[in-house]
Amino acid sequence: MLAGAALMTAGTAVAAESLTVVSWGGSYGRASRLAVLEPFSAETGIEVKVEDYNGGLAQIRAQVETGIVTWDVVDLETPDLVRGCDEALLEEVDREALPPAADGTPAAEDYFPDTMTDCGPATLFYATIVAYNSELYPDGEPRPNSIADFFDLEKFPGRRGMRRLPQVNLEFALMADGVAHDQVYATLDTPAGLERAFHKLDTIKDSILWWETGAQPPQILADQEVAMTTAYNGRIFNAQVVEKQPFVVIWDGQVLDTGGFGIVAKTKKLEAAQKLVLYASRPEVQARIGQYISYSPARRSATALVTTHKETGVEMAPHMPTSEPNLPLSLSNDWEWWSDHGEEVNERFAAWLAR
Amino acid sequence: MNAAASVSAPAAVAKRPKRPRGSRLRAAALALPLVAFIVVTFIAPLGTMLVRSVHAPVVADAMSETVALLGDWDGGSLPAEAVFATAARELLKAREDRVIGQVATRVNRVQAGLRSAVTRTARRLRGLQPESWRAAMIETHAAWGEVDTWRALLLAGERYTGRNYLHALDLKRDAAGDIVAQPSEQRIYMALLARTLAVSLAITLLCLLLGYPVAYFIAHAPPGRANWLLLLVLVPFWTSLLVRTTSWIVLLQSQGVVNDLLVLIGLVNDDERLALIYNLNGTLVAMTHVLLPFMVLPLYSVMRTIPATHMSAAASLGAGFGKAFWRVYWPQTLPGVGAGSLLVFILSIGYYITPALVGGRTGQLISNMIAFHMQQSLNWGLAAALGGILLACVVALYLVYDRLVGVERMKLG
Amino acid sequence: MDTQDPSRRPTSGEGAGAKTADVYVEFNGVHKTYDGVTPIVRDLHLTVREGEFLTLLGPSGSGKTTCLMMLAGFEAPSAGAIRIDGRAVDAVPPRKRNIGMVFQNYALFPHMTVGANLAFPLQVRGLDRAAVAERVHRALRLVRLEGFEDRHPNQLSGGQQQRVAIARALVFEPRLVLMDEPLGALDRRLREEMQFEIRRIQRTLGVTVVYVTHDQQEAMAMSDRVAVFNAGRIEQVDSPEVLYEEPRRPFVASFIGDNNLLRGRVAAVDGDTCDVRVGDVVINAFMVTRHEVGDDVVLAVRPERTGLVSEAGTYTNEFVLRVEDMAFLGDHLRVLTNIGGHGFVVKIPNIVGHGGVLAGEGVHIGWATLDCRAMRPPEDESSD
Repeated sequence: MLAGAALMTAGTAVAAESLTVVSWGGSYGRASRLAVLEPFSAETGIEVKVEDYNGGLAQIRAQVETGIVTWDVVDLETPDLVRGCDEALLEEVDREALPPAADGTPAAEDYFPDTMTDCGPATLFYATIVAYNSELYPDGEPRPNSIADFFDLEKFPGRRGMRRLPQVNLEFALMADGVAHDQVYATLDTPAGLERAFHKLDTIKDSILWWETGAQPPQILADQEVAMTTAYNGRIFNAQVVEKQPFVVIWDGQVLDTGGFGIVAKTKKLEAAQKLVLYASRPEVQARIGQYISYSPARRSATALVTTHKETGVEMAPHMPTSEPNLPLSLSNDWEWWSDHGEEVNERFAAWLAR
Repeated sequence: MNAAASVSAPAAVAKRPKRPRGSRLRAAALALPLVAFIVVTFIAPLGTMLVRSVHAPVVADAMSETVALLGDWDGGSLPAEAVFATAARELLKAREDRVIGQVATRVNRVQAGLRSAVTRTARRLRGLQPESWRAAMIETHAAWGEVDTWRALLLAGERYTGRNYLHALDLKRDAAGDIVAQPSEQRIYMALLARTLAVSLAITLLCLLLGYPVAYFIAHAPPGRANWLLLLVLVPFWTSLLVRTTSWIVLLQSQGVVNDLLVLIGLVNDDERLALIYNLNGTLVAMTHVLLPFMVLPLYSVMRTIPATHMSAAASLGAGFGKAFWRVYWPQTLPGVGAGSLLVFILSIGYYITPALVGGRTGQLISNMIAFHMQQSLNWGLAAALGGILLACVVALYLVYDRLVGVERMKLG
Repeated sequence: MDTQDPSRRPTSGEGAGAKTADVYVEFNGVHKTYDGVTPIVRDLHLTVREGEFLTLLGPSGSGKTTCLMMLAGFEAPSAGAIRIDGRAVDAVPPRKRNIGMVFQNYALFPHMTVGANLAFPLQVRGLDRAAVAERVHRALRLVRLEGFEDRHPNQLSGGQQQRVAIARALVFEPRLVLMDEPLGALDRRLREEMQFEIRRIQRTLGVTVVYVTHDQQEAMAMSDRVAVFNAGRIEQVDSPEVLYEEPRRPFVASFIGDNNLLRGRVAAVDGDTCDVRVGDVVINAFMVTRHEVGDDVVLAVRPERTGLVSEAGTYTNEFVLRVEDMAFLGDHLRVLTNIGGHGFVVKIPNIVGHGGVLAGEGVHIGWATLDCRAMRPPEDESSD
């Protein structure tokens, strides 16, 4: 009995100092664990349990509404960070508490624009890019090198992989159709522009293999089930560098997104969760992610700290979406436009898919 | 234990003829856990969802004064400064109360594009004391300068709304408030519902076609063998749905067993492998397999009660197998056919895991849309309305069945 | 096979091959086994005359129903041939045999009305509507169920269902009707009523009926002839009277009516009679089959053929037997005694004066030689 009581006390003590962190799994999940979560545990003694999910707010919403909160911190896409904040699904994070840059620049100025929300700042940039398997395009024959080529079935036959969502795909379609990057969302905002995007998707509809999780694109590319696919750049990087797959990234038309940690509302471990969010906002921690996967820091001062891939020694800069010369080719995801029109467009997308 | 049982048994027997009030109450009390269980796990959630499909109080609560003021508004030109001021105050309050996201969602569903107007305004107006709220709001978001925005706000202020049902029926209210069809590229639910009903019907027929001979065979096999065969029918029933569905992927995918075989025997060229899965075909095949036991079991239980002598009698009366079957055997199995078909049809109407896994683009059913709105878009009101329409379909079907066949003749097993 | 025993009396039924002009059904050397090892029916020879009411009688598992099913065509003989009206029917399926069949539980189609049940065989044969209605009506009148056309079988009593089943088996005017324990589900009273009814209908139409039952009283009451089945063989085929009075086998003797069976050994032979030693007594008996001195035989004595001996010398066999038990059954007394170590039942009519005879310890009874039949023991027991 006594031993049991002692164990229980110990158990409670540990429970108070453990966090459930939910992330995306795969090579990114691994990078996040090695670069952020494990050093965090080492520094604070707070144990971190990692779970995987596929994005979205549904599970968080279910937990908050039923009051049975089992997740403490979730790695979210920035639009969900904002929306979750608006819907009180996430705890607010004090911007003033974020650590300044090494040279003393306040956090608010050190972060790139549109990367801070009331419920926590973004940690990194990631890009949705197009990648192809170079084995399918032998030397001497033309290889695709623009987003327009992705939509050109005549020049580059073969199936295409795309995420089964309108997000990013509509932007790709318009850019491929010749819309200037800064006009993409203005075009989408008009009925004719939206029509134009769907019309462009129509041209390759029958050749599309739809993927749903980030781990799928490198897989279907390696299996040669598709000739080209949209993908998260970090996953392709991992396949290229670690698994030595002959993949090539087309940076033209890459769509930039940001993501970061959010704290689930009503968590019992608020203090530990806040510690983690602040830890992840340190420039050197953000830069450390870049040693494992090609996602670039959300802070200016951290960008300079990115060097080489820890395990292979590969120079990271060419693989980073925000580095020269990749950044000028990019389009930043306008998540406010998507928060306004996401439902409507998703429905139309579903109707389009079903036809 | 045994002693207690043997003592209490005669007592119970002795009491039965009288049925005093106490024992009746006790019997009712014994049923109470089940009743409570049904209420808690079935009726209450169902009721909640149905209420949710028409009840949307968030704007009515959070912006009650604005909505009240807009009630007196002429609707022709922009509202007065007082309305702007009240709206601004209530938006800020909603943000403090952390319901601004829900308000924005609700308003955005009335008119797409207003979510950012609501959230951005609530974010930017904090701490300001402008001379003109009207000017300040229009400056943060141009939408506030449009009459339609305020009309949308007024509509979003309705506590009860039929919008979800209209939406689920591919209808909407136009600016004049008349009910009109959605533009064609936005129409999806009725087409999906039609597909769902058609697919369910096809699955029901397939199950009947495949299940009837199986049930016949089992029902008329010698008892020992019948038990084994029944076990074979039931084993998949006890296997995880996911495992069963995944095994179909292994069989039917383009590099799968079936295609490999077809290529091997030369029926299909290697580069023209058939698309057997991730389309409507995948949904049909996998769901028929998953639902087959629900057809076989009621059929079997009905067929088992049909004496073998009926077919012999028909033969002795001069009927060949075909005639004997159609005129003697088949009519007697109709209660099982009805029960099995009803069961399979109703189950397929609401199925979603299997189509989600193997349905690809063209094999999705309306339940996948419900799941989408439950899990991704978080539009629970619309999901509830779609669920309500499915429920109505099932109830209608049940009533038709009752009228045509009679529910009391249904035999489920 | 026993029915071909050369010693049998001329009153017995005809054997195999006795093909006369009025033979309608013929089983010739029919053998049936399901697993190739266990015989269900062994080397069966049987003929049924046209217009005859023949009953297959026997305990369950004796092969009588299998014979009926082979005749109907639902089972095929493993060996041998069945002929109906002179035609071999091995290759004829049941629906083409034109045989009316009444099943044990009637097999009425529950989803059809009585009228539809009766019309079914007629419609299958392509009769026009008027002819169907006419024949259905006639058949219902025959079984005294006029006006029941629109009822469903579950709205009828057991006896009415029985009549419908018979009407359905007759409505298409088959020349042969098979009945498989048709009265088994009815209570005793109804059963007796239906026995007369079936007999009346059969005589009215003159159809040939092959009837299966395990109830010997039913068989006796209805049949022109009865074939007694035992373990896949026919023990004896004869009219009910002959079966009762002149059983040729111990099984028949015990199965039809009451009989005391006594095992003994032949001590002396004299023409048609012999002396048989049973335990410590010697009994004079009539020989059904020919025996030599020293043969083992079974004696059969019916309880009601014994009588009280008021004056010694009345019977060829007279004994004073100890009364072991006694039951008063109204019209008679059943007295259990013992003779030569065997239990022996005596039936004494309840008439004035007999009661007094039983007051003592012993009872003085006797029986005639002709009422005591000596026959060969059952084969399966003769070796021990």
